[in-house]
Amino acid sequence: MSTAPLRLVTPEDHSVVIQTSSQVPRIESETELRSILATLSGVDSVGAEARVAKLATRSIKKSTKMAALDLAISMVDLTTLEGADTPGKVTSLCTKAMRPSPMDLSVPSVAAVCVYPDLVAHARSVLKGSPVAVAAVATAFPSGRASLMVKLMDVREAVANGADEIDMVIDRGAFLSGRIGQVYEEIVAVKQVCGKAHLKVILETGELVTYDNVRKASWIAMLAGADFIKTSTGKVPVAATQPVALVMLEAVRDFAETTGQIVGVKVAGGIRTSKDAIRYLVLVNETVGSTWMTPDLFRFGASSLLNDLLMQRLKQQRGTYIRPDEFSGD
Amino acid sequence: MNSVETDMAENNLPNSKLGSLQYDPAPESAAIAKLKSSYGLFINGKFTDPSKHEQFETINPATENQLATISQGSASDVDKAVKAARKAYDNVWSKTTGAERAKYLYRIARIIQERSRELAVVETLDNGKPIRESRDVDIPLAAAHFFYYAGWADKLEHAGFGNSPKPIGVAGQIIPWNFPLMMAAWKLAPALAAGNTCVLKPAETTPLSALILAEIIQQAGLPDGVVNIVTGDGATGSALVDHPGVDKIAFTGSTGVGRLIQQRVATSHKRLTLELGGKGANIVYEDAPIDEMIEGIIDGIFFNQGHVCCAGSRLLVQESIADDVLRRLVRRVEQLRVGDPMDKNTDIGAINSLEQLKRINELVAYGEQEGATRYTSSCELPKKGFWFAPTVFADVSQSHRIAREEIFGPVLSVLTFRTPEEAITKANNTNYGLACGVWSEKGSRTLWTAERLRAGVVWANTYNKFDPTSPFGGTRESGFGREGGKHGLEAYLNV
Repeated sequence: MSTAPLRLVTPEDHSVVIQTSSQVPRIESETELRSILATLSGVDSVGAEARVAKLATRSIKKSTKMAALDLAISMVDLTTLEGADTPGKVTSLCTKAMRPSPMDLSVPSVAAVCVYPDLVAHARSVLKGSPVAVAAVATAFPSGRASLMVKLMDVREAVANGADEIDMVIDRGAFLSGRIGQVYEEIVAVKQVCGKAHLKVILETGELVTYDNVRKASWIAMLAGADFIKTSTGKVPVAATQPVALVMLEAVRDFAETTGQIVGVKVAGGIRTSKDAIRYLVLVNETVGSTWMTPDLFRFGASSLLNDLLMQRLKQQRGTYIRPDEFSGD
Repeated sequence: MNSVETDMAENNLPNSKLGSLQYDPAPESAAIAKLKSSYGLFINGKFTDPSKHEQFETINPATENQLATISQGSASDVDKAVKAARKAYDNVWSKTTGAERAKYLYRIARIIQERSRELAVVETLDNGKPIRESRDVDIPLAAAHFFYYAGWADKLEHAGFGNSPKPIGVAGQIIPWNFPLMMAAWKLAPALAAGNTCVLKPAETTPLSALILAEIIQQAGLPDGVVNIVTGDGATGSALVDHPGVDKIAFTGSTGVGRLIQQRVATSHKRLTLELGGKGANIVYEDAPIDEMIEGIIDGIFFNQGHVCCAGSRLLVQESIADDVLRRLVRRVEQLRVGDPMDKNTDIGAINSLEQLKRINELVAYGEQEGATRYTSSCELPKKGFWFAPTVFADVSQSHRIAREEIFGPVLSVLTFRTPEEAITKANNTNYGLACGVWSEKGSRTLWTAERLRAGVVWANTYNKFDPTSPFGGTRESGFGREGGKHGLEAYLNV
């Protein structure tokens, strides 16, 4: 009887192996797109939610918590998307983005500020010379209910005004009615117009409803050239949830493993507490790992989250909570 | 075809390491356990003086540190306990109304909830299981069983066992070390609800949570003698099995011991239910939801260090996806956090005893000798205590010992199949019949499979899920009788 040797565990066994020798398949027709989506496994909602619930019990303490809070701060897309936004508010937001805590200069700056296209130029001028990027929502955000021509003009204007990142919305109507080729082509067209600007594709998962749809939409966006896939606009009742983030993280992981392309994930809408942010980071840590643990590949779209992160950071340092009024409102 | 290794070397790829953010230790405090240095036996509502008994130590398997001194129940102690149970049955409990019995059971359930943190810590210290599991699974399920059967106590005539089902009398109950408090609850709750009195013998290596339960029973004001808890080793259990004053034996444990018990009670009046070993098959079809299925396989075999009678210790995976599943599985195994069971982030704790560790090592050595490919997590194991790194065997064939014998540890055997018929044949080709899992997105295929599996429990797209409303139990060498649900009452009623 021969003895089989113990198979030594290699670093790859613990990794998401990114195949740069592979390529993103070229898609010529809706039929081809469909045949790729048909290879995706379904998502068992009970199992996905159970996995998230289990990871939510991770207890993040001490130096890990400090590191996680700083990382989360650096991943924030500080956002204001109101009809009532003013240049003054954007100035204030940009100042805060560059220097979140005037009391403590060791606090990292956030990743980006996220505004409507008409405020891009203003944000750009305030942020001049800082590493904070300007992100603009475009393509008839948040509903996406406009012709492709109007959407592309929206994007062109934002890019011309100096946006580094474009947050577009997909046509949910087209997706839900089965016209996935149209969804794909729109993203391809927007990507072209983006030029050097990074493209984040908002799936609006609250309107897609099922995890199977989230997985499919994630793949359509990635195949069409998205640099990021993003959960939500924050303008519909159901925004980012952890199971949705899990499904999207699994999608970027599998996409990297099969095509060699690394796509980022942005969770947006309804994330207000450090506890939530840390839970998302645990999901990233245990689903896609080190490559994604950076603002280049994971973002939080949020506004009030930043102050809670700052407050928890001070709590870690001082051992006591600080009054919320110690931090600027925006 | 290019191998993955060559591509890697050529391109120097930026692989993404999972779990690169290390978590600082987040240990639960052992002081919460408030353990006494020694414990007597719980007979007739009181703890006996430990100094009057022969004693043994119970240790923490994660550190080998002594936790407390436990009394070894002798044959005469068992006799006292059975007599106390008989007296309580004749004079009190058989005359107590169902609604009144329910009141006590509800009280016990609530006190378990109130003292849940303490119980979770005690369970983890004594058993070695991760605090996350004792906190989130063992203790809540123990309370849930008392709550559930409390509800039945005054409704027995509606349970489908006739107009006026009667209790059996005195139940002797012997429980294992893998889920100490939960098993005690599974045994005591239906027995008490049905109107029996009990003598419970906890496992030798994990007596502590049952002794805390004895305190809870005192706290709940349960009449003296209705529940008696006699700690000790196999000899104590043997005395309980042989005692003529016992009307029913309920045993959960190994098939070997179960066989002996069945022989011993064969010529007596005693009723018997047995919940024994298993070699559960987790059947994975190619259309399974892959990410959740991987988690399910992990839960199926590594939950509670694999010390689970219904563990999904055989993975039967459809050939077309076998390579992908194995790769994802090994990656996930490598990610499991093994270590201090008191750390809230630990996924896999300590093996319960040196004896069990030896058994695991022995069977794993056979697996290697028989030619199966072994993947073992490279995790660092603590120096002291009993540990076994999570392990997956690939290329296992049906005739290997690791495919046939219950390992009762964190070791998975992976086999493949081509057709659904082959999956059924392989899954059923075992002497056991406790639990199986089926993974598929196609409902009709799941039902087709479940119908053909010879097992007491079949999970679909999940594994190791327990609920007090659902009956649990096996067939063939996995035993007979059901625990949980309405069915669980039958074992404690004269029907």
